[in-house]
Amino acid sequence: MLQAIQQKMDPTAGLPDVKAASEAKSLLTVDKVTLRYKTPNLLITATEDVSFSVERSDRFVLLGPSGCGKSTLLKAVGGYMAPVSGSIHINGRPVKKPGADRMMVFQEFDQLLPWKTVLENVMFPLVVARKLPRREAEARAKEYIDKVKLTRATDSYPHTLSGGMKQRVAIARGMAMQPDILLMDEPFAALDALTRRQMQDELLQLWEDTRFTVIFVTHSIAEAIKISNRILLLSPHPGRVKAEVIDVDRACQDDGSAVALERDIHNLLFSESGHRE
Amino acid sequence: MPGPQIILAADVTTNRQHANVAEVEQRLGSLELILGISAVRKTVLIIVLAIIWQVYASYLDNPLLFPTLSDTLTTLYDRFVDGTLPSRIWTTLQVLITGYVAGTLLAAILTILAINTRIGTDFLETMTAMFNPLPAISLLPLALIWFGLGASSLVFVLIHSVLWAVALNTHAGFLGVSRTLRMVGGNYGLTGLSYVTRILVPAAFPSILTGLKIGWAFAWRTLIAAELVFGVSSGQGGLGWFIFENRNLLDIPAVFAGLLTVIIIGLIVENLVFQTIERHTIQKWGMKE
Ligand SMILES: Nc1ncnc2c1ncn2[C@@H]1O[C@H](COP(=O)(O)OP(=O)(O)OP(=O)(O)O)[C@@H](O)[C@H]1O
Ligand SMILES: [Mg+2]
Repeated sequence: MLQAIQQKMDPTAGLPDVKAASEAKSLLTVDKVTLRYKTPNLLITATEDVSFSVERSDRFVLLGPSGCGKSTLLKAVGGYMAPVSGSIHINGRPVKKPGADRMMVFQEFDQLLPWKTVLENVMFPLVVARKLPRREAEARAKEYIDKVKLTRATDSYPHTLSGGMKQRVAIARGMAMQPDILLMDEPFAALDALTRRQMQDELLQLWEDTRFTVIFVTHSIAEAIKISNRILLLSPHPGRVKAEVIDVDRACQDDGSAVALERDIHNLLFSESGHRE
Repeated sequence: MPGPQIILAADVTTNRQHANVAEVEQRLGSLELILGISAVRKTVLIIVLAIIWQVYASYLDNPLLFPTLSDTLTTLYDRFVDGTLPSRIWTTLQVLITGYVAGTLLAAILTILAINTRIGTDFLETMTAMFNPLPAISLLPLALIWFGLGASSLVFVLIHSVLWAVALNTHAGFLGVSRTLRMVGGNYGLTGLSYVTRILVPAAFPSILTGLKIGWAFAWRTLIAAELVFGVSSGQGGLGWFIFENRNLLDIPAVFAGLLTVIIIGLIVENLVFQTIERHTIQKWGMKE
């Protein structure tokens, strides 16, 4: 299993050729991005020199301990914050502001518009951002609501749904837009373990159907292995790329390779945390 | 040491749970049901108070100080039928609606500027801090000099009473919209005015509605008070003037009838209009604070 892990002890080694090869055709390229927060008396570096690229139909997972800058990275890709240095390109165009080509699914339950029903919530971005006619938007919204198995809740208001149902609506809303990339920030983190497993299965099922591209943030190693085909491991304070795991989908639950991979990743993330800086 | 054990609750195994079923859901008695409706309880209360009023006024027997309820109601009915009260109400409502709408529109413009520009924020914050503590009615003498005796002075004062309350609450509501919702709006590519109307306004609707309610309450009270001071301008005074005029004529039952009308209109707007809006918006959306 270890050969699947390309450990980057020296972050710059081997980078230029990877970059040159990927920049031409990758869907998303994040190149040596440093992100900082400015507070009244501090300048916090959330991530430093992070580079990766995402190909079409990738299920790309950002994995790392709390505070390593996963959400910050996702926000930068979403266009909500600008890098201090480095660049982010999608389809060859630089990311400058938020847009409907990168739909976000947030961790928070309050991401649905409470004044709209489930159907209206899914339709709304189709109408305002995709400029679809109402009839078409409604048909597509219904299709995706069916896909996340919420047909019965179509006309309910969000406050009458459970947490898991709300997240499913958010996923349906994101996917119905058929964005270039779906950005998901720990979408299942606030769910109970049972619902969470069910949602992971459903997400994979949906991916089988439509092969969308997704960047998925999590701090659960098991979830990362289950969901992804590629994992980017980040180290904390400030967030740096520690390693990239490829062909994750070849790990199999039955022969124990998934468990082995989980252990390897765990050791990588936590064993040598003694000499970070 | 014995292993873990599951000890069932004592009554699970007995038959008592079946006997209990009937008690879990039991219909309330009809008296209890009726008294459970707050409208019914309040109606009963009002009837009791009305009876006390009638009895006490009859006992006092001094219509110049305290007319009976029946006298008041008769006068109210007469003045309605002869058309005085309806025309007074109409005059008052016309001024009120003009002032209220104008004040709300100005508040909307100010808050939209405030949410989009920094100078707008500073302007709004300074102006609300300055003018909110100033009772609108205190501007009336000034307004009379500027605009003369007439509806425009009243409208000016009304705008002042509505504007700051609505602007303050709307602005606070906008600022309180959760970061997630704002990011969702950005994600849809909404900016400027469409962002404000499609995301901020509905998301801040509970505060906006509170502002509108406070603004209405201020406006209603201010207008009646202002009309008490003047309102004779065109020989077509409003409700406040009706009260003042009848006091001068010592027609006290008419004064009471005027006061009752003020109360009734206030109740209708506050309870019927605003509550209906509330039921169809923030209550339906589960956003009630
Ligand atoms: N709004 C902010 N202002 C200042 N610093 C921030 C802000 N948001 C995050 N940070 C800092 O940036 C760093 C990365 O935060 P981020 O939220 O990206 O972590 P994360 O990897 O998503 O963690 P978690 O798994 O807990 O969600 C942290 O050290 C945090 O303190
Ligand atoms: Mg996070």
